Amino acid sequence: MAKITFLTSDNETIITEATTGNVMELAVQNKVKGIDGDCGGVCSCATCHVHVEPASWDKVGAPSQLESDMLEFDDNVSEFSRLCCQIDVSDAIDGIVLNVAK
Amino acid sequence: MSTETSNKICVVIGASHAGVNFAFALRKEGWEGEIILFDRDPEFPYHRPPLSKAYLTSEEGTTQDLLFPKQNYETDRVSLRLGETVSSINRKEKSITISDGSVQQYDKLVLTTGARPFIPPIKGLNTAKRVFAMRTAEDAINIRKSLNKYHNKVVIIGGGYIGLETAASLSKLGASVTVLEREERVLSRVTAPEMSTYFKELHQQHGVSLRSNKNVTSVDFNSYINEVQCDDGSSYKADIIIVGVGIIVNTELAEEAGLEIENGIKVDANCKTNDEDIYALGDCTFHYNPHYKKYIRLESVQNAVDQAKVAAKSICGEAVTYNAIPWFWSDQYDVKLQMVGLSQGYNHTIKRIETDRDNCQSVWYFKDDELLAVDAINNAKAYMLGTRFIQKNQKIDKHKLSDISIAITPTSFI
Repeated sequence: MAKITFLTSDNETIITEATTGNVMELAVQNKVKGIDGDCGGVCSCATCHVHVEPASWDKVGAPSQLESDMLEFDDNVSEFSRLCCQIDVSDAIDGIVLNVAK
Repeated sequence: MSTETSNKICVVIGASHAGVNFAFALRKEGWEGEIILFDRDPEFPYHRPPLSKAYLTSEEGTTQDLLFPKQNYETDRVSLRLGETVSSINRKEKSITISDGSVQQYDKLVLTTGARPFIPPIKGLNTAKRVFAMRTAEDAINIRKSLNKYHNKVVIIGGGYIGLETAASLSKLGASVTVLEREERVLSRVTAPEMSTYFKELHQQHGVSLRSNKNVTSVDFNSYINEVQCDDGSSYKADIIIVGVGIIVNTELAEEAGLEIENGIKVDANCKTNDEDIYALGDCTFHYNPHYKKYIRLESVQNAVDQAKVAAKSICGEAVTYNAIPWFWSDQYDVKLQMVGLSQGYNHTIKRIETDRDNCQSVWYFKDDELLAVDAINNAKAYMLGTRFIQKNQKIDKHKLSDISIAITPTSFI
């Protein structure tokens, strides 16, 4: 079981728990504003962009080549950017905090 | 908004990408009344693109990727009437009739009826064995069930994305696959010759045979195997035949109800038909694209989802118009193809093969100086940059774009 916290651009805090799936699915399930996941989680649409809290970064890890290429030209990219459809839910990410990109 | 809609009913015909995304978007925009989705497909609403890709090669018995989790339908009060076919729309009464004869009233009606595979009138095809289309979960399940060590010769009629993705997936499963394309090259309707050549070679490397200029004229089933005959005298043996030659738009309900039809259900910038209370979304619509300044019909997830958001806002009283750049993707073997824009009408292309990475290419489609579209092979940077350029109508320095020693950065081609 992993606890995952989303902070939206409206300053809403949404605390979720899950054991399987990916973080984008979890966000959609919990109606996290700003996470759409239009492509269904195949790293094609960049509608699930989050900024990982620096303190959580080591748990989440760096993006793949494809994902970092998708992110590189995004206007809101930061060094802690991830597309959360590419983050699998597991005990390893328990406690992470994600800021939803605008 | 809540007081206005709490007694109202929104009925949606079609529970795939457009219909389901619309239903949840409508709730999110503040619709308080009932939302009821009908679909003849009995499966819980699922993502279609994986059917020809990851789903086909996944473990047998794997469930489809659901568009939304089951519990969201409960929490958002979205009613699903699956396995039910709508037989008519009565605009005067503002009701629909279901095939069992029952009637459902609506205040707003949304048509997300999509499309169905076109099965060409090839002699003998209707009596051949193990013939499938690739559109529904049932199709994918049936194909997977049919493929075994005794039945592993597959002929795919049609070399479009569906045909090629299915070919890649089935060859991964060990099938011997031949694709028969009527035109002189695969993907001829949607891409430049450079892309067709790339995918032809890719499939050949994986042992799939792509045959162009193959017009299938008949299929004979002789006791244990199908023989697919072409008009040039060639013939191909097939345990399994998959037909992927295009679609027919499901406009019949709309047409019988007197809605305006033109290459699809015609809608305005709010996705509204010529009836104030009826909207249409997704593959079934003929809609105006402001960027390309023309009416188009699109078979894509992007269009379904974007139109769903526009219609939901519009019904809830927000002034919004559809204005999206189309995008698409395809996965074949380990190649990721991402496409943005509409290339129709291009008069030249620029192809880049990046030298710092393996198998990383892009084709940029221009009409004179206007960038219309980009096809990117394992090259998300080109895809993302192309998207940005098209959105901004960016003037591009084509000499720089052609110069492979210049890396792709946001400013390098301006």
